[in-house]
Amino acid sequence: MSALPSQPRIRIPRSARAGEVIEIRTLIEHPMETGLRHEAGRALPRDMLTRLMVRLNGEALFSADFQNGTATNPYHVFFVRIEKPSHFEFIWTDEKGRQARTEARVAVA
Amino acid sequence: MIVRRTCLALLALPFAAVARADDALSTAMRETIGDKPVTDGGILLRVPALAENGGQVPLGIVVESPMTAQDHITAIHVFASRNPTPGVATFRLTPLLARAEVQTRIRLSEDQRLIVLAETSTGRVMRASAEMRVGAGGCLS
Repeated sequence: MSALPSQPRIRIPRSARAGEVIEIRTLIEHPMETGLRHEAGRALPRDMLTRLMVRLNGEALFSADFQNGTATNPYHVFFVRIEKPSHFEFIWTDEKGRQARTEARVAVA
Repeated sequence: MIVRRTCLALLALPFAAVARADDALSTAMRETIGDKPVTDGGILLRVPALAENGGQVPLGIVVESPMTAQDHITAIHVFASRNPTPGVATFRLTPLLARAEVQTRIRLSEDQRLIVLAETSTGRVMRASAEMRVGAGGCLS
């Protein structure tokens, strides 16, 4: 699987108390070009992410399927209750199957 | 005669465009949830009263749900009634999430209605909508 040039960024605490709800913010730099837009009389070629998949300790946690109404540089926030040391994996996939991946760990204080 | 025809054409155009947008929206919604019964309420939408920049409109969605293994939100679908294509995004949720809440940023090409559907693990579908006013339209076409 080839890599996306896009740079993902995650904001997540490094540790949490057992039972604490944490906020996870994700952002990936991507034009999300729909193919509907024109510049100087030419249609700009479609270049869209299709999916963000987030796993927690190997299990599906949250995913987003993107359509044309998702903004440039897709940004998502969601909330997780931390019960034990947690490993998060974030994978974005574009319509050509290219992927960007990052991960994060949250320790239990 | 020519003048009258031109006027009719001008009058007819917006209605045809509106009808097409409504068709696309109802088709997209039907393809997403089939013919499951839908009830209004149970969803809080956080959106600006006026979106200055239609290309980056903040959207917060909070659905009332215990988010237990037995009873949780499985999916949230977002549609925009007057974008060139109505689909915005579908979020898939699991009971590993602390609550059925998602924040994102969306595109809106003009003033329109935002429609959010939430599906529960018990087979229910909830709906909420918000009338959105847009300053500069999002870069969709």
